[in-house]
Amino acid sequence: MARITLRNLAHSYLAQPRGEEEFALKELDHDWADGEAYALLGASGCGKTTLLNIISGLIRPSQGRILFDGHDVTDAPTAARNIAQVFQFPVVYDTLTVRDNLAFPLRNRGLPPAQVAARVQAVARMLGLEESLPRRARGLTADAKQKISLGRGMVRQDVNAILFDEPLTVIDPQMKWELRTQLKALHREFGHTMIYVTHDQTEALTFASRVVVMHEGRVVQIGTPQDLFERPAHTFVGYFIGSPGMNVLPARVEGDRAHLPGGAIPLGRGYAPLSGRTEIGIRPEFARLSATEGLPVAIRRVEDVGRHRIVRADLGGRPLDIVLPEGGPLGPDMTRVTFDPAHVGVFADGWRVEGEAAR
Amino acid sequence: MKPIDNRAWLLVLPVLVLVAFSAVVPLMTVVNYSVQDSFGSNEFFWNGIGWFDDLLHSERMWDALGRQILFSAIVLLIEVPLGILIALHMPRKGFWSSLCLVLMALPLLIPFNVVGTIWQIFGRVDIGLLGRAVAALGIDYNYTRDAIDAWVTIVVMDVWHWTSLIALLAYAGLRSIPQAYYQAAEIDQASRWAVFRFIELPKMRGVLVIAILLRFMDSFMIYTEPFVVTGGGPGNATTFLSIDLVKMALGQFDLGPAAAFSIMYFLVILLVSWAFYTVMTNLDREEGPR
Repeated sequence: MARITLRNLAHSYLAQPRGEEEFALKELDHDWADGEAYALLGASGCGKTTLLNIISGLIRPSQGRILFDGHDVTDAPTAARNIAQVFQFPVVYDTLTVRDNLAFPLRNRGLPPAQVAARVQAVARMLGLEESLPRRARGLTADAKQKISLGRGMVRQDVNAILFDEPLTVIDPQMKWELRTQLKALHREFGHTMIYVTHDQTEALTFASRVVVMHEGRVVQIGTPQDLFERPAHTFVGYFIGSPGMNVLPARVEGDRAHLPGGAIPLGRGYAPLSGRTEIGIRPEFARLSATEGLPVAIRRVEDVGRHRIVRADLGGRPLDIVLPEGGPLGPDMTRVTFDPAHVGVFADGWRVEGEAAR
Repeated sequence: MKPIDNRAWLLVLPVLVLVAFSAVVPLMTVVNYSVQDSFGSNEFFWNGIGWFDDLLHSERMWDALGRQILFSAIVLLIEVPLGILIALHMPRKGFWSSLCLVLMALPLLIPFNVVGTIWQIFGRVDIGLLGRAVAALGIDYNYTRDAIDAWVTIVVMDVWHWTSLIALLAYAGLRSIPQAYYQAAEIDQASRWAVFRFIELPKMRGVLVIAILLRFMDSFMIYTEPFVVTGGGPGNATTFLSIDLVKMALGQFDLGPAAAFSIMYFLVILLVSWAFYTVMTNLDREEGPR
């Protein structure tokens, strides 16, 4: 187990990148704490797999260093880094039995047979694979195969980190839940540093204690699931996390008021004059419909998703989502919206601006 | 219940006619010849299984069969590993990969008798580049006089002609392996041999079964190239089954024995191919789900 440090790391798939936009991964400094469970969250093609492959050593970064517990491993091959990686599609050695599959990494490292057998048995028990040990890996289901890939990582007791590259993509929804729970339990039990790449926010928020959100090759925010929800650092985070995502509305911000089409709303904090494109962000959960106060909206439709209802509305030509708690009133006269001032965020050129306490 | 109209069977008729004329009738003609004796002028006499009996006790046929099996075995043992080795070292993508593919495909495009002629001239000691070069090295090489030299020439020719086929099929098999397998192997610290043994070979097995089957059938039926190069000589050293058959049927015009020979030849190929295929697919099933 190790602390993983990234220093001025960046990567481009081109040999001679011209300008920042040709970097698949923009410059990045980060410490991955020992024993923590991280999720790397972002849309497809945002550079999260690139980052993972740099950590595992399958890709050498164009610039910057990687340190494991302070030792520079930038030029070390994958094998020397002592990490485990689970891929999107289950990788198993078809012709070998489950037992031989699990023993494979240990035998390659020349461990004595007795120790190999003991480790394989222990890992198989943890993953519930004991009964299929003598079977050939080839005929197993996708989730059993994925468990084997995972097991091949866990079987080495001293791995520095276990990396997951969208490991549950090909798994059935029911099994997904089960495997994810199992992963969490394994993490609690053994305390491996885990980095889990996914584009599924539910997966990221339930698996990880800290979530790293990436957007267009850049890390836009690192925080706990609650941070991401309540204080998104970038409009992308606000929009990407939450269902439906945060409402982002262009606005003119003056002091502790924001001017929107149809009127001004109070903000929880005061802001110095802002430059660039200014927007406010408000989660649908913190918007309220009202008959008497607030900004006028046109309601387009109402979706009932069981636990609550989502109102799709229109504020001065911009779409606006409002979450209506279960049993909350909804009438034809409720055509105005108010926002909870404490939860309205202000963004300049996409990035969150921290205000000062209101006077 | 759906109505059943048996007239639909009429639609199968063209295929039946075609197969009858292209395969069944000729084969039955051969069967007919194989049980009769002829003294010319189109007179035939019933001979029962006489020709088959003769054939089974014919030293000439057994010798030819022995040479044939030896030839197929040598050729497969060289071409299959060599083809795989070449496929493993071919570039994966880009210009060089395309160039390799074209170069590899070239020998496959040359007509068989041209291949024979090329090597016939290439290996001649008086004017051939290979023959002269080998002779200049002080090796006593002459494929028209020495049986071993003739065999070496024919085997090398066949390897030159057909290894590409195995290499191309193996290459296609290799290309279908996702990159993640190699990455996982690297993380598991698998040796190069283990990567080949546990990833590449299992993934290539499907195409290799086809490749080996094709190469077996073709090499077992080889006629044109050795006939052009050595004509079956020196002596009978390179007289393979098909060369012997042609000698018997067209040279000596022994229709009855030649017909019996053809049928046995056909059955041997069918039997070996069937056995090979069954064994390979059964292996597959054993490893599959239980």
